[in-house]
Amino acid sequence: MSKAVDYASFPDKRGHFGPYGGRFVSETLMCALDELEAAYERLKNDKDFQAEFDQDLAQYVGRPSPLYFAERWTRETGGADIYLKREDLNHTGAHKVNNTIGQALLAKYMGKKRIIAETGAGQHGVASATVAARLGMSCHVFMGEEDVHRQALNVYRMKLLGAEVIPVKSGSRTLKDAMNEAMRDWVTNVDDTFYIIGTVAGPHPYPQLVRDFQSIIGREARAQCLDQTGRLPDALVACVGGGSNAIGLFHPFLNDESVEMYGVEAGGHGVETGQHAAPLSAGTPGVLHGNRTYLMQDDNGQIIHTHSVSAGLDYPGVGPEHSWLKDIGRAKYVSVNDDEALDAFRELTLVEGIMPALESSHALAYAKKLAVELGKGKSIIINLSGRGDKDIHTVAQIDGIQLT
Amino acid sequence: MSRLTAKFDALRADSRKALVPYIVAGDPDVASTLPLMHKLVEQGADILEIGVPFSDPMAEGPVIQLAHERALVHAVSLNGILELVAEFRTKDQDTPVVLMGYANPVERMGYDQFAERAGKAGIDGVLIVDMPPEEAEPLNESLAKHQLDNIFLLAPTTTDERIAKVAGLAGGYLYCVSLKGVTGAGNIDVDQVQTLMNRIKAHTDLPVTVGFGIKNAETATRVAICCDGVVVGSALVESVANAHKNGADVLEATTLIRDIRHALDAISG
Ligand SMILES: Cc1ncc(COP(=O)(O)O)c(C=O)c1O
Repeated sequence: MSKAVDYASFPDKRGHFGPYGGRFVSETLMCALDELEAAYERLKNDKDFQAEFDQDLAQYVGRPSPLYFAERWTRETGGADIYLKREDLNHTGAHKVNNTIGQALLAKYMGKKRIIAETGAGQHGVASATVAARLGMSCHVFMGEEDVHRQALNVYRMKLLGAEVIPVKSGSRTLKDAMNEAMRDWVTNVDDTFYIIGTVAGPHPYPQLVRDFQSIIGREARAQCLDQTGRLPDALVACVGGGSNAIGLFHPFLNDESVEMYGVEAGGHGVETGQHAAPLSAGTPGVLHGNRTYLMQDDNGQIIHTHSVSAGLDYPGVGPEHSWLKDIGRAKYVSVNDDEALDAFRELTLVEGIMPALESSHALAYAKKLAVELGKGKSIIINLSGRGDKDIHTVAQIDGIQLT
Repeated sequence: MSRLTAKFDALRADSRKALVPYIVAGDPDVASTLPLMHKLVEQGADILEIGVPFSDPMAEGPVIQLAHERALVHAVSLNGILELVAEFRTKDQDTPVVLMGYANPVERMGYDQFAERAGKAGIDGVLIVDMPPEEAEPLNESLAKHQLDNIFLLAPTTTDERIAKVAGLAGGYLYCVSLKGVTGAGNIDVDQVQTLMNRIKAHTDLPVTVGFGIKNAETATRVAICCDGVVVGSALVESVANAHKNGADVLEATTLIRDIRHALDAISG
């Protein structure tokens, strides 16, 4: 591990984390990104803005979310103590809302009235529609046609919240294509539109500001852990789609050298099959969606199709800060297959009475192995990034049960 | 002198406007591209912009998106396109060829390798839509070794300060995006283009072409009055697609370029 890196000082002024990140967009968006960056630089230290953000997190989202000692699961696993950071208990059921609250506030302070967002599983779309409803802004959510079918429940939730859901029919018709389409909308409506990106990807300053908004997870977890156990955890585990819940947990611990970090990617049918969504485990660096990062791509630089049982992890890229943390060795990135994630989904539900999102189930599956490896007397914090209600249809289908 | 500079100098000497058609390599199939390139020149094209297909063409409207998808069905690669241009050069040593595409295929090949092969193939410039000057320094170093121009975009949202900065780094010509939107958009506003062109021309002597939303001889002539050349993309790509769909000869699609040529020549001189 490299020493004496001040992690808090990244990204640099132009949005780079080492060779990653940056601002790879067409000229039309450069000024909009400059404007966003300037607004964020001004507001992130603005007392009124921060007070409003903190108040929304407390009174609307329901923070702080608990740090829960999973006593029975720890006992049955027979290893390190397992703690769950309960982002599933947030309003709208996932960590995504921490970020949408922050970005919608930015939109409000910048005087933008129209919100656009991309979504895969629909969680970020729902979280965007939710904050837009509350602030009286119009909300347009781009969603791959494939995902519109897979996540019908969330599509209807967004519509009830007053958002327009636009099915995206280009490319692979999933999250990456939804992001392409959102970028196209933004270029067209750049004057009055605020694009709420749902993860720590995209052009600078998005990876930074989404990280900052999500870092509430790690700040709380760190304080709660010290309070409840008297010391820091030995390891952190979080699933990685674009990487927002993982960086939110990791970032406040980066300077704590004793704390190990594991990002868990979607192994799909198995990384060796090629049908997965694990760019850090099996990809190569490239440029997509405004930043340089690890990608799933072929020899010609075309982005390849991904697969995961969980729509929220089904993305061929990853936030640039993770690419950098991987290269410098500060965090480790591993993968968990569909089957292992499904087992963890069932296990936590039965043993703790907590039904996790399939995304979060990837973190649970890896943490279980890690708990045994670390052994008794150690402790692990898992980011339980969301609840599993949205996935009941998927699991039922796998069980051969038809829900009406 | 580079082929691009020579071309613009010659056009200026004749008070003519550059006509720059854009097609996607490998659309509708690989065999069509080379004959299309030659035919476009025959119909009056001054410079060819060859689109390098990408799986995620973020700046394109539906027409060109579909062209990228059609080309990728044939697994058209950057390498293959360089070979194609090398073949074009065996018959045509005069018409500048610019590759237009996205960063990732070039990243994947590696900047040095790309620049070397592109130079050898007879490419004159590259326009990478998602690589603004801020990120282009390493690529520029590679391109400079092989006398390739990096062509940058300017947009209605570009501030005067940025225009000056971008113009200082650009080579060959500048590509002015006529409107806030994606390729093929229908909302081109000639007065706004004029305003933008005035702002650009205040900062640079480089030739400036205008693209996005130029569909026919009428829009081309109205826009050409205030700039050095026009780029015709979606309208041509759509004609190619229609010819292909109807089982006609795709070379027929180039009559659009002939018509625009005639109209442009009628207003110049
Ligand atoms: C519950 C949950 N966890 C994780 C993710 C993955 O996103 P990220 O890696 O940005 O946290 C999603 C995305 O939809 C999600 O809904």
